[in-house]
Amino acid sequence: MASQPASIHRMRTSGQAAWIRTVVPISLLAGAIALGTRITTTTRLEPADFTFINGTEVQTLDPATVTGVPEGRVLRAIFEGLTVKDPATLEPMPGMAETWEISEDGLTYTFHLRHGARWTNGDEVTAQDFLYSWERFLNPSTAAEYAYQLWYVKGAKAYSTELDDQGHPLQPFDTVGIRALDDHTLEVVLDQPTPFFIQLTGFYPLFPVNRRCIEEAQELYPDTWQFEWLRPENIVTNGPYRVVQRRVNDRIRLRKSDSYWDRDSVAFETIDVLAVEQYLTNLNLYLQGDADWINFIPNQLIERLLQREDFNPTPYFGTYFYRVNTTRAPMDDPRVRRALALCMDRNAITKYVTKSGQMPWFSLVPYGMAGYTPQPLPHAAQVGENWESGLQKDIETAKALLVEAGYGPDGKTFPTIEIHYNTSETHRDVAELVADGWKRHLGINVKFLNQEWKVYLDTQNTLSYDVSRAAWIGDYLDPNTFLDMFVTGGENNKTGWGNARYDEMIELAKRETDPEQRFEYFYEAERVLTDELPILPIYSYTTQSIINPRVGGFPGNLLDEQFPKWWYFRSDEELAAARASQPPEWELVDAPGPADGLYPPNAPAGVFPVGDPRRSLSPLQLD
Amino acid sequence: MLQFLFRRLLWFAITLFSVVTISFFLMRAVRGGPFDNERALHPAIEANLEARYHLDWPVWKQYLQYVGPFNLDHEGLVLFGGDNSNVFGGVLTGDLGPSFKLRDYTVNDIIGQSLPISIALGSVAMAIALTLGLTAGIVSALRRGTALDLGMRLFATVGIALPNFVIAAFLIIIFAFQLELLPVAGWGSPRYLPLPALALGAPFAAYIARLTRTGMLEVLSADYIRTARAKGLPEWLVLLRHAIKGGILPVVSYLGPATAGILTGSLVIERMFAIPGTGSHFVGSALNRDYTLAMGVTILYTVLVYGLNTLVDLAYTLLDPRIELENS
Repeated sequence: MASQPASIHRMRTSGQAAWIRTVVPISLLAGAIALGTRITTTTRLEPADFTFINGTEVQTLDPATVTGVPEGRVLRAIFEGLTVKDPATLEPMPGMAETWEISEDGLTYTFHLRHGARWTNGDEVTAQDFLYSWERFLNPSTAAEYAYQLWYVKGAKAYSTELDDQGHPLQPFDTVGIRALDDHTLEVVLDQPTPFFIQLTGFYPLFPVNRRCIEEAQELYPDTWQFEWLRPENIVTNGPYRVVQRRVNDRIRLRKSDSYWDRDSVAFETIDVLAVEQYLTNLNLYLQGDADWINFIPNQLIERLLQREDFNPTPYFGTYFYRVNTTRAPMDDPRVRRALALCMDRNAITKYVTKSGQMPWFSLVPYGMAGYTPQPLPHAAQVGENWESGLQKDIETAKALLVEAGYGPDGKTFPTIEIHYNTSETHRDVAELVADGWKRHLGINVKFLNQEWKVYLDTQNTLSYDVSRAAWIGDYLDPNTFLDMFVTGGENNKTGWGNARYDEMIELAKRETDPEQRFEYFYEAERVLTDELPILPIYSYTTQSIINPRVGGFPGNLLDEQFPKWWYFRSDEELAAARASQPPEWELVDAPGPADGLYPPNAPAGVFPVGDPRRSLSPLQLD
Repeated sequence: MLQFLFRRLLWFAITLFSVVTISFFLMRAVRGGPFDNERALHPAIEANLEARYHLDWPVWKQYLQYVGPFNLDHEGLVLFGGDNSNVFGGVLTGDLGPSFKLRDYTVNDIIGQSLPISIALGSVAMAIALTLGLTAGIVSALRRGTALDLGMRLFATVGIALPNFVIAAFLIIIFAFQLELLPVAGWGSPRYLPLPALALGAPFAAYIARLTRTGMLEVLSADYIRTARAKGLPEWLVLLRHAIKGGILPVVSYLGPATAGILTGSLVIERMFAIPGTGSHFVGSALNRDYTLAMGVTILYTVLVYGLNTLVDLAYTLLDPRIELENS
């Protein structure tokens, strides 16, 4: 042991140490810079034709196991379902299915698949592909979160949920109402007429996956196939774009697919999907021309951005509301809930907190759904100039309701209640405005409880709150995506509320084939809901995206779903024409991109004709 | 020296084991799980998900599965008639498991993709920090009490006091928006390096400058420096051959943890500049309750801190003859 330091001394005195002292730091420094340069340059890519920022990193590219909005944006580029949606109206259009028939009773759907639609590996897309994909989607071992979107199919729910000890389905798959009649005919039998089922066939969980791709991966990589088949070099897709490169928290590079059936409609050769979470970084990248479309903007800058032509919030199919724990006194009394709901200055919230055109809202199904009449809780406050006087009347009603419920000057004292929300400035500001109203007008003491996201969810699920902030965005364009949430015992109810009449209406609507009668049931259900108020509606959402004015084929729609297939760059000429028809007070901004535009191969000379989804439509306008 | 390394290795094993065990159970004790979502899942679907990721097992069994070296999956054990998946698995075999949130990747994939980026950025940041810090510290010590010294000390104090995101914001405003010299954010060519590296390195540079100045001042008044000067050595040689060696000792001891910190990246800088490094996973994985990824980055950090501290201890003996490894 004693020899060790001695040897070090020998090293030092022999001059080696001095040499090490000089060489090591210098080589480390040189190495660091070389490494830095190497790593940054080896991954260098040519800039993409079109770049958009997608928020968080996508969870997966497997359509069967995702549920999020960012995932949807990528999946719509690389896969295609039986139907696709019109980018403006969201009406179903032919996708992998060229035509389809629905039986008289609304239960049997027959899809005729397109001949010549191909996967990126050259295989034809067949009815068997859908059979395989949907079996996989429903199979419990896939653990698909959205599996219930296919439970409308006969026998599907039993297949997913009735399992043996090993966790395998008790029933064989042929008990499920999905059949491939031949290579190009797919028959689907539903349990109940589900008018929105055709919309669901264009929803990403129902997109097909390639059987050969998955099975080859299983063979080659028995342990890791679940990751391998999704790697850019392995994944097989059937949409307008294919994945060529991917890096976690960085980007997904997409390239136009040569095997896509409608490739002549696709304009951009390459698209970059960036995973950037910081709102301010999003905006910086956009303002420097490094991104053409961003989905989030910093709240503090909304007023400034609203002047620009590239920021136009449009109605979005979502509602912001408070859940009320109806199992706790005093909120177990509907009169108390009504008083709380009436005494909220929704106008102040949308004007001073959210600031981008959100609608003060008094019911659950959001603003803007064509053909549906919202059934709000009765109130006097009307959006516009008479808001204040209306609100005063509502406040008087609220006071009277509280007295009726036994609280007030001569009654019991109202206990302190707590508003619960997940940590965020906007939610805090909304809660403060609400609390201020309750305190000032009703004399109710309010505390706040903000929790980190996952803890917040746990608090909601276990009903350990008084009043809790919530939001819901519709999956498809139908009141059912909102209203079936509050059936007794539903997993997303989370209020402890249940009502037999409400449940009955939702059930009747499921079985109804007549669209008008079906909506009548929904109206009645929503009336029950806004009468009982297990939730306190606050506002109806708007979209929050900024888009390069040069981009065409990008109309707004209620679901804020965009379809990469239709995107193109407008020429200076077309851009000027579009600008001529927009309000003159809009501030013109840079529109980076080629002056001649970038049009798809099959673009007609001049403007796109009426009926072409790419024809630039004016986005939905707010009232 | 070998014995020293051997002892270090033993302690390393014990430390790592404790870190893995404690953080594993802490992670599971936190409220909320990886599959909690705004959209609550149907109980049957939730059960399917938990079964796929073995969250339906008792925690001790999940722990054994995680640590390894045996794959407890009943289908995995070939010897007992399972399929042909691996008999071995877990941390002991180098497998950090699948990520619960980023489901297309294993934790090894994620660290493999992001760590080189953080190392690249961190190395450049560290090079900047050392160059600036040592120069400023030495100059400051030699010109003690002058305006130059005052200026550098002021700069260093500001550097320590200002959070790196404030520095980053100023850099972005000046270099990206005003001068339009460098990109605001992103990763992919050397142009993307200077701003984040400078923002990341600046507070370290400031701290190193202060440590160097203090160390140098102490050494410069030492007897052996006076002796060196007395024997007529030119000032620069006194400085290079005798003073710096002793003067930067405090910096060396600081380098271990600093390098580990800078190499694993910075959450804030990586987010602001949209850099796909490891830093953002430290917080993101905990918020998402991505158990495996959170454990993976914790293990990574432990290994780096431990490894770098060992290197620092070795470096000490090269710089200071008074230190022997046995006593360290």
